[in-house]
Amino acid sequence: MSATAETAPAPTGAGGGPLLAVAGLRVGFVTEDGRVQAVDGVDFELEPGEVLAIVGESGSGKSVTAQTIIGLTRSPNSHIEGSVRLRGEELTTQTEAQLQKVRGSQIAMIFQDPMTSLNPVYSVGKQIVEAIRAHRSSVSRSSAHARAIELLGAVGIPDPERRVDDYPHEFSGGMRQRAMIAMGLALEPSVLIADEPTTALDVTIQAQILHLIQDLNRSRGLATILITHDLGVVAEVADRVLVMYGGKVVEQGSLDDIFYDPQHPYTWGLLGSLTRLDQPRPHRLPQISGAPPSLLSLSRGCAFRPRCPHEFAKCKEVPGLEARLAEDPGHRDRCRLAAEQKRKLREIEGRIGLEEPA
Amino acid sequence: MSEIGTTSSDGGPLLEVTDLVKHFPIKSGLLVDREVDQVRAVDGISFYVNKGETLGLVGESGSGKSTACRAVLQLLTPTSGSVKFEGREIAGMSRRHLRPLRREMQMIFQDPYASLNPRKRIGQIVGDQLKIQKVASGKELRTRVEGLLDRVGLSPEHYNRFPHEFSGGQRQRIGIARALALGPKLVFCDEPVSALDVSIQAQIVNLLDDLQDEMGLTYVFVAHDIGVVRHISDRIAVMNHGKIVETGDADQVCEHPRDDYTKKLLAAVPIADPRESRARRERTVAG
Amino acid sequence: MLRFAVRRVCGAIAVLFAISVLVFLIFNVVPATNPAARIAGKNATPQLIENVEKEWGFDKSLPEQYWTQMKLIFTGQATSYSLAHINIDQRIVEGIPVTASLCIGAAIIWLSFGILLGYISAIRAGGLVDRFVTVIALIGISMPVFWLASIFLYYLTYKVELFPASGYEPLSNPGKWASHLILPWVSLAVLFAGFYSRVLRSSMLDVMNEDYVRTARAKGLSNRRVMVRHVLRNSLIPIVTLFGLDFGVLIGGGAIVTESLFSLEGVGYFTAEALNQQDIPSIMAVTIFGAFFIVLFNTVVDIAYAYLDPRIRLGTSTA
Repeated sequence: MSATAETAPAPTGAGGGPLLAVAGLRVGFVTEDGRVQAVDGVDFELEPGEVLAIVGESGSGKSVTAQTIIGLTRSPNSHIEGSVRLRGEELTTQTEAQLQKVRGSQIAMIFQDPMTSLNPVYSVGKQIVEAIRAHRSSVSRSSAHARAIELLGAVGIPDPERRVDDYPHEFSGGMRQRAMIAMGLALEPSVLIADEPTTALDVTIQAQILHLIQDLNRSRGLATILITHDLGVVAEVADRVLVMYGGKVVEQGSLDDIFYDPQHPYTWGLLGSLTRLDQPRPHRLPQISGAPPSLLSLSRGCAFRPRCPHEFAKCKEVPGLEARLAEDPGHRDRCRLAAEQKRKLREIEGRIGLEEPA
Repeated sequence: MSEIGTTSSDGGPLLEVTDLVKHFPIKSGLLVDREVDQVRAVDGISFYVNKGETLGLVGESGSGKSTACRAVLQLLTPTSGSVKFEGREIAGMSRRHLRPLRREMQMIFQDPYASLNPRKRIGQIVGDQLKIQKVASGKELRTRVEGLLDRVGLSPEHYNRFPHEFSGGQRQRIGIARALALGPKLVFCDEPVSALDVSIQAQIVNLLDDLQDEMGLTYVFVAHDIGVVRHISDRIAVMNHGKIVETGDADQVCEHPRDDYTKKLLAAVPIADPRESRARRERTVAG
Repeated sequence: MLRFAVRRVCGAIAVLFAISVLVFLIFNVVPATNPAARIAGKNATPQLIENVEKEWGFDKSLPEQYWTQMKLIFTGQATSYSLAHINIDQRIVEGIPVTASLCIGAAIIWLSFGILLGYISAIRAGGLVDRFVTVIALIGISMPVFWLASIFLYYLTYKVELFPASGYEPLSNPGKWASHLILPWVSLAVLFAGFYSRVLRSSMLDVMNEDYVRTARAKGLSNRRVMVRHVLRNSLIPIVTLFGLDFGVLIGGGAIVTESLFSLEGVGYFTAEALNQQDIPSIMAVTIFGAFFIVLFNTVVDIAYAYLDPRIRLGTSTA
């Protein structure tokens, strides 16, 4: 093994609880236009070795949630409430210095655009070495450098001895993202948060990166939170799914739950507007009318109401996130329609969708 | 290259591209630049589009599809090859001769945030060409622009607003209104939905479909998302490294691809169905 | 990198040549009066004018004139008729250490303070410290050098004899050398420090929002490390460029006012003298001298920029 591997911390929490537990997370920002509640009560748990996908569009709060887990959203004009526990240890109350020890070494995060997410003036190797030595100061530069080469090879970058001294702009998009993943793995974290890791990449490269993430998840038991807007990506790699809208979780459940028995109209809308290559073309692409909500002016009650063709009187009160199907307590949603109604309403031309195309 | 030929009679394709080439020189040398090599962005492509049809052009980044659009529209001068619009050769045509043709061929761009001048009001953005091409002015101009805004699903009262006051999807609608202002026959859509949220993508795709029916438009739809391309296109051409590797009916190309690259592209598209996705992976491992 | 450097140097040489031609034309060809008479000075006898004509080549063709004059200037044979027959080149060479002492000292002060103040106001942006530093910077920028120098001279050399009023002491006596230069240094540095602190502040605020800074924080780096090695490092690139240009102009004779007020007989002082006496050869010489340094520093800055920002090193392959 390499010089930097310490004994990896036990993957399960004390007493076998979840690895990461988020409860009642609320994040608000004060902006020029007023107060924005980017995240409004998010709960979820991440088990060791699991891949949790958080799905949503712009303004859903998915990125802010992820960044808040490692405290990146702390600032004078942000207000954070709730709890984030890593193996039972509370992170929200830790000081910046304490959190710095967690970032990168226990929870690693990679971002969407590898072109801008790496500092252009330092070589890739230098940036990996920096990450290593920030947490393990006793490691010499040369052994950290050797470890960097090892990591680049492990993520599938050919000729790593030469490439380690190259600058980010000398890598292609896919290779850059692999280098970022290598940097994320440097300290053998137990959780990887990947914020839209493949959105900026070509589809063939996307497939490779997803495959890599899946590999790492399986071979190292690396628990992963995957943030994306692409349900296809979710179907390929996720174990469980959280669907976010307007700062709240509107549905959560297992992969099969979400795709075969979705309970929330927004989820139906997302599934319906996908183009499926393995199915005949619909005459018209089912769409969700309206636009993702502005967080400055969320409607009262259910945030999806303005766009929901099935809304009724009760929707004026905010629905709670509850398990409404007795046989499946892990599957929760925020829609008050009766289960029978849901099953009927979501069937559009043999597929799942939100409404009859106009 | 600029022969003033006859306009096409009904029956010929609206747009016919033959052996189109666009190279960018790579210059090197200590003191004096010499061309040492070329970037073969578009390396000899041929395709045609019939009136009222939608041709989908699919490819990944670096495939040359965006350069191809610009070379066809003469926004870039082609290195060689022929581009015939309504039977007339336009490749290498002078700007003066091209100007009247600009009314007939238009383009919708990818980035709704970058393609609208932030200092102009949207009424101006949509209506400027009508003024420049001397098609309308004054009150009539305003009425026409408001009509266009309404047609693309925006409120005519937004005439005096600035682009930053609109969302991405709305800005794309403005871009569409601008492209349609002069009543073109042929519209190139260069990744019109890639930068938009998923739920809005479907709206814009449907809008483009509707407008095609209403106005008898012909589209060349360029994108990297083969699913969206298949939905809107009648025929598809697949580009890779500056060449078209496969052309055919949209369903045919997607269900029975013949070229290896097309197969690779289709195999990489994630299937939004966990069971199907698992089954495909098992097939790949086994096969 | 080599290709880039070679090209820039060739470009610089070409620019210098063009400037020398321009200077020649402006001073000798364009004006309507007899150039030899102007060079010979106000009290010239006809014989003197004739000598000047021969010496400076006015009896020959234009290209030969150009060549003769450039030869005079570059080989140290040009003498000034209006300024007590001094050898122009020698005078410039004698002035260089003075100007260099002034400019380098001022540069060190303004860079240190400018960067320090800029850094502080950027990391505490929006707060009280930031606003305070901003006011200081704006005051610094608003004070004209001649006004500030005069104030210093009046209060610190006349009313209270804290510093010597004028003159330059060579480096051989460092204490005296420094005491003569402190006031000029500060007068010159105040303006630039203020300006540079604003530039750095603005540059840092931009860089702080970059994605790679977010990545650096996500890696668990300490705040100090993120600020210095990621934010400051990248924010300094525009500062380096700016500095190269400013310093080049200053050394090239831009410190005329400061040198004159403090009687520091450097190149700027000489330029002022030459302008007062309208001594054409001297003015030509200092113009070319100034142009040389400006072009030199421009080129150095371009090459340094390519070193600092690997993305713009032309000629390297990108995947």
